[in-house]
Amino acid sequence: MNALYARPRSVASLLMAAPLTWLVVVYLGSLALLLVSAFWTYSAATDTIDTTPSLVNFGEIIASSTFRTIALRTMGMAALVTLTTAIIAFPIAYYMARVASHRVRGLLVVAILLPLWASYVVKVYAWRIILSEQGILNWSLEPLGVSGPGYGDVALWLVFTYLWLPYMILPIYAGLERIPTGLLEASSDLGARGRQTFRRIILPLAFPAVVAGSIFTFSLTLGDYIAPSLITSTQFLGNVIFSQLGAAGDLPLAAALGTIPVVLMIIYLLAARRLGAFEAL
Amino acid sequence: MMARWGLRIATGLVLAFIYIPILVTIIYAFNPNRVATWPPDGISLQWFAAAAENRGLREAFSSSILAALGATAVALVLGTLASFAVARFRFFGRETVSFIVLLPIALPGIVTGIALNASFSTLDLSFGMLTIIVGHATFCIVLVYNNALARLRRSARSLEEASMDLGADALQTFRRITFPQLRTALVAGGLLAFALSFDEIIVTTFTAGGVKTLPIWIFQNYRLANQAPIVNVAAVIAIALSVIPVYIAQRLSGVEAATTR
Repeated sequence: MNALYARPRSVASLLMAAPLTWLVVVYLGSLALLLVSAFWTYSAATDTIDTTPSLVNFGEIIASSTFRTIALRTMGMAALVTLTTAIIAFPIAYYMARVASHRVRGLLVVAILLPLWASYVVKVYAWRIILSEQGILNWSLEPLGVSGPGYGDVALWLVFTYLWLPYMILPIYAGLERIPTGLLEASSDLGARGRQTFRRIILPLAFPAVVAGSIFTFSLTLGDYIAPSLITSTQFLGNVIFSQLGAAGDLPLAAALGTIPVVLMIIYLLAARRLGAFEAL
Repeated sequence: MMARWGLRIATGLVLAFIYIPILVTIIYAFNPNRVATWPPDGISLQWFAAAAENRGLREAFSSSILAALGATAVALVLGTLASFAVARFRFFGRETVSFIVLLPIALPGIVTGIALNASFSTLDLSFGMLTIIVGHATFCIVLVYNNALARLRRSARSLEEASMDLGADALQTFRRITFPQLRTALVAGGLLAFALSFDEIIVTTFTAGGVKTLPIWIFQNYRLANQAPIVNVAAVIAIALSVIPVYIAQRLSGVEAATTR
């Protein structure tokens, strides 16, 4: 053992052997297989898969206005949800990190963590009940003479924002908490007002944490098919991937559609790493 | 002062937003009516009795616990090993490890799901508890890894060097110096991994075969109108039980904050 410590490189490779084997063989291997199968073709008539490489699936996706609309709609939703969660999360995270007393802060962290343990599916169903025709939202809005959005894309935007909000609050909270108080004091000593300090010190230092949170809100929205299927009647990427594989049995087309979120997320992750988001995770 | 009150109000509104759907679930678990109309008709414990007798629900609960325990165990081992290598050694590709570990959770669940489904089918593995655990462990590693890595980067290496200088071998040093420093981070990461696995439905749908985990059981049963109240009960029990791990995690981070400052 001690002899090994004299050769750090061999210890490192011993340590990394199991995790790397798992991630590379199980995960990257599966992803590679998925990528390869995107170039296969499925024949519904014979229910067989032809493994001769071809670009048929990608051609079909690019030529189809339905798929294009769905891809754009999904990306738009993911961007909108990310923006909304960031705007909602920042004030509460700021309050937790820089204003609240030590005890209140602890309670708030628990209050934000707790709903993550309440089943995701149950929360989506709870929103179905709230948003229904006879539901609590319409009941409470009735005296005001307005009604809720009902089921649809607006409702889905609300539900996604709800579901992923804790994933945005927690990293921003951690990021804000890490800012040394001395920097804020220095800023005000040098004559900056509250707003200037916020814009020139706090916001730039908290930005990597917002990007870290956005990785989750963006990715979770891109790949979800359960919330869309329960809340709206329009299709999102997750729905079409699911139905191509599940109902149609067309693995190659599902795989080709799956490359869209993969490519998007890899670009997103590389950008996020450059912005320093990985240290804020 | 104005800004402070603004922040307080915003915090209150966000908390209300977070908790209203959970309150709704709790209220309907006690609602005697099968149909969820508002306002509810009264208070009843009949669905709790019905839930206790429901075999499907009990089996789903234990499958989910088993899957989460398995996935957490694998994630703890692999996540700790990787974090230790990255924190204490320099090697080729070290910068990429964080990226690869993060990938399974950062890529949409449906992609991970169909990818694992395709490769398990190709390998002719039979779908069931084992494939669920493999899938869950893959995206849980990052939670243990991140927690452990953050701790290792903060804890002083000199303690380990002192231990070795005083004649302890590498194993002794790990057991008596490194591990005690790492313990609370591992519990925190493990709890997160457990929670994530317990609640996961998208990857699970593609790797479960015939096994029904709790989220899958809930998803299928809520559609059947007469099962909806039982599902609300299951949710209430899950929320009530979750207080325990969240409390433990919070206590640990409190202890950690007290010891590292």
